[in-house]
Amino acid sequence: MPWDRVRLALTLLMVDPCRLGGLWLRARASPLRDRVTGALAPMSPRKIHTAIDDTALFGGLDLAGTLAAGRPVHTRGLLADGGVVLLSMAERCPAGLAARLGQALDCIPSEGRARTCLIAVDEGAGSEEGLPQALADRLGLFLSLDGLAWADTAPLAVPEAALAAARARLALLPHDPSALDRLVESAAQLGIDSARAPLLALNCARAAAAWRGHPQITPEDLVAAAELVYAHRATALPPSEDEAQPTPPRPDPATGSEPETEQDQPDALPDETLVEAARAALPPDLMARLAGLRGAKAMRAQGSGAGSANNSFVRGRPLPARRGTPGSGQRIDLVATLRAAAPWQVLRQSMRRGDRLVILPGDMRIRRHEERSTRVLIFAVDTSGSQAMTRMAEAKGAIELLLAEAYARRDHVALVTFRGDTADLTLPPTRSLVQAKRRLAGLPGGGGTPLAAGLQTALSAAQQARSKGMTPVIAVLTDGRANISLDRRPGREAAAADATRIARAIAASGVGSIVIDTGVRPQPALDALARAMGSECLALPRARAPQLSAALGALMGA
Amino acid sequence: MTPFPFSAIVGQDEMKLALILTAIDPGIGGVLVFGDRGTGKSTAVRALAALLPPIEAVEGCPVNSARPEDCPDWASVTDKRMTTRPTPIIDLPLGVTEDRVTGALDIERALTRGEKAFQPGLLARANRGYLYIDEVNLLEDHIVDLLLDVAQSGENLVEREGLSIRHPARFVLVGSGNPEEGELRPQLLDRFGLSVEVSSPKDIETRIEVIKRRDAWERDHEGFMAEWQRQDAALREAILRARVALPLVRASNVALHDCASLCLALGSDGLRGELTLLRAARALAAHEGADEVSRGHLRRVAPSALRHRLRRDPLDEAGSTARVARHLTEVLP
Repeated sequence: MPWDRVRLALTLLMVDPCRLGGLWLRARASPLRDRVTGALAPMSPRKIHTAIDDTALFGGLDLAGTLAAGRPVHTRGLLADGGVVLLSMAERCPAGLAARLGQALDCIPSEGRARTCLIAVDEGAGSEEGLPQALADRLGLFLSLDGLAWADTAPLAVPEAALAAARARLALLPHDPSALDRLVESAAQLGIDSARAPLLALNCARAAAAWRGHPQITPEDLVAAAELVYAHRATALPPSEDEAQPTPPRPDPATGSEPETEQDQPDALPDETLVEAARAALPPDLMARLAGLRGAKAMRAQGSGAGSANNSFVRGRPLPARRGTPGSGQRIDLVATLRAAAPWQVLRQSMRRGDRLVILPGDMRIRRHEERSTRVLIFAVDTSGSQAMTRMAEAKGAIELLLAEAYARRDHVALVTFRGDTADLTLPPTRSLVQAKRRLAGLPGGGGTPLAAGLQTALSAAQQARSKGMTPVIAVLTDGRANISLDRRPGREAAAADATRIARAIAASGVGSIVIDTGVRPQPALDALARAMGSECLALPRARAPQLSAALGALMGA
Repeated sequence: MTPFPFSAIVGQDEMKLALILTAIDPGIGGVLVFGDRGTGKSTAVRALAALLPPIEAVEGCPVNSARPEDCPDWASVTDKRMTTRPTPIIDLPLGVTEDRVTGALDIERALTRGEKAFQPGLLARANRGYLYIDEVNLLEDHIVDLLLDVAQSGENLVEREGLSIRHPARFVLVGSGNPEEGELRPQLLDRFGLSVEVSSPKDIETRIEVIKRRDAWERDHEGFMAEWQRQDAALREAILRARVALPLVRASNVALHDCASLCLALGSDGLRGELTLLRAARALAAHEGADEVSRGHLRRVAPSALRHRLRRDPLDEAGSTARVARHLTEVLP
């Protein structure tokens, strides 16, 4: 992403922060990122983190202060005044917080409530991690600092006077229906369904026009809007210009003013230019990543759906109470609190000269529960040539039966496929069976058998799931003829050695697993692999669905 | 700024009709809206708040009681004057705690004044109104259980922290979500009277109109509201008229027979399907000024009333909407 674009985005955000919704900044911690966030300092953003509780956001009773003062002390929430809020580590934002921030962003300004602008700093590593979709949809601008070097950048300071002048021009900017038409059309061509996107793009184009001192929105401003607002939302690449695509005639029955505006702007921009602009700003491997990304986002939105932390404050088997302050999600354990305060009452009452119970902040105890975590079933499916030739249909059938079982038990499922020389997380953990089914049906087959890569991807998916508090189980479906090693080279011996190595790693990580042999004849090599994984091997001809699900059920402790 | 006017929402007719029907007859029992982001789900619900006729309630009552004698004892309501207030539409955010939903011991009063008092939760505030859950499919299971219980009994029972309290909690449940992100438990699905599917409009003209109106609403708020307020007011009048007409709408044996045979053909579980279908058709008849439920009314509300009640094969691709449509043409030609 060129620095010019970054600079423009930051400037526009400062011109009209609230109408743009905010900024999704995707960057790992670096001096460069500090330069970018530093440039936003004049907006004096207030920082929040993903573990923030409701009291801090929306205000409430300050319990510690109340107890110390002996009268109610209320705090005013960060969001009560609107303004600019900076959320760091946004990729870890739980669905609940995302929903509440989304509500604050949607909030209609009325008496006593101001609009909020959110800057979400997303440090997600792979395509699996990212901002929850609920927020990504509401933030207008997107910036990614990948591939930008320190030398390309320059310090950024926007003079306050220039901003004020731009804001003044923004207020006077005339309404331009044709700009809106063009933005909506290009959004449709890019496969952007949300109605928020064109609206945000329009506001972005307006801010750009105001900043550049244009008397009305010009094609240049529209291009800027397409680059900054549309590029990262695109879900479909429109046909490029060499595939001659006749522009459909656009009747305009509503406003008779269309010809007039055309005259006003002799250089009126054909819609393709906007789409091209967005296309130029697209990441190069977009199409390849699209499928994965969308799934990944859906997964993120699952958030704390039900697979939340193992140590819950809300439900599950009770654990001993712990010292702490009740806040969002943490409930006071009244009895334990009183018990903690009891021994000191004589002393405290004599000091305070009261006859009431005296409870100090330090006495507060909160409840804790141990929650049984959600299970996630990771299928690692071999779709290589040998497998496809023999038993692909049966393997798919078996998985579908297991999926139906998983549905009944409300487990999450994930799908890893391996063929050729790589393995992909085709479907990140989800509860949506429809999606799993769809992905499974569309699986291509053919190529080598990179068993080691498949196991590795499954293991990393399992570890990610575990870090989210889920209990993962891996089910490997293969015919066992590994012939591609981890470094993507053909060769049976190296491939088998790699596979065994990863299998041992799976055993060491303590993730439950099962190997399902889908070959025509049972492979002894797979038995050895299963032993290395610390699991058992079932041959598909014998592995009827009930048997399979019973085996998996036993693994998951169902 | 006032919310976006309900009548200015472009398209999404099924969703709008479902919301209007529940406004006419709250007994229909809620609306579930499933669809993509940015398709106007929450806009419609917020707009509903401004559209609905206000309710009469006791001034100081936390559960919006309609008569002074209905106020719960624990609330110790002092101010028993009647006031009109807008129909409550309460948001139930994701990640909400149980305390906030059901209400809990008022810690502030317990600690500062040593009193054991009940602090009402969202369910109390939603009484006689609407409870709106965005992303309902991501709601945690224990909150869902709680809602199921209350939605069925119409009463919230709190037994915790030494409190034993009950209060009425009759509300219309409105849920929205994106089915790609997770599914809803069948038990909760069944509690929603109507379910509708929304999607982004597919043609450019409609999309431009959507953005145009929304933009006009932001830019020229006063003018836009003035333009649409009249239509909203007309709709409000229509809802009020339909509420009066509702008890007078007859349902003939033929209509009952139609309901039953459709549900039988679809194999929907339980009898809630028939009941909701009939109620919704009756509300639609009242809305349209008819004095009897006709087959046309049934046909129009059947997809919303039944599509989420079919026994579902989780791996069925075609979706329930197609199944309902197929049986509709067969059973109710």
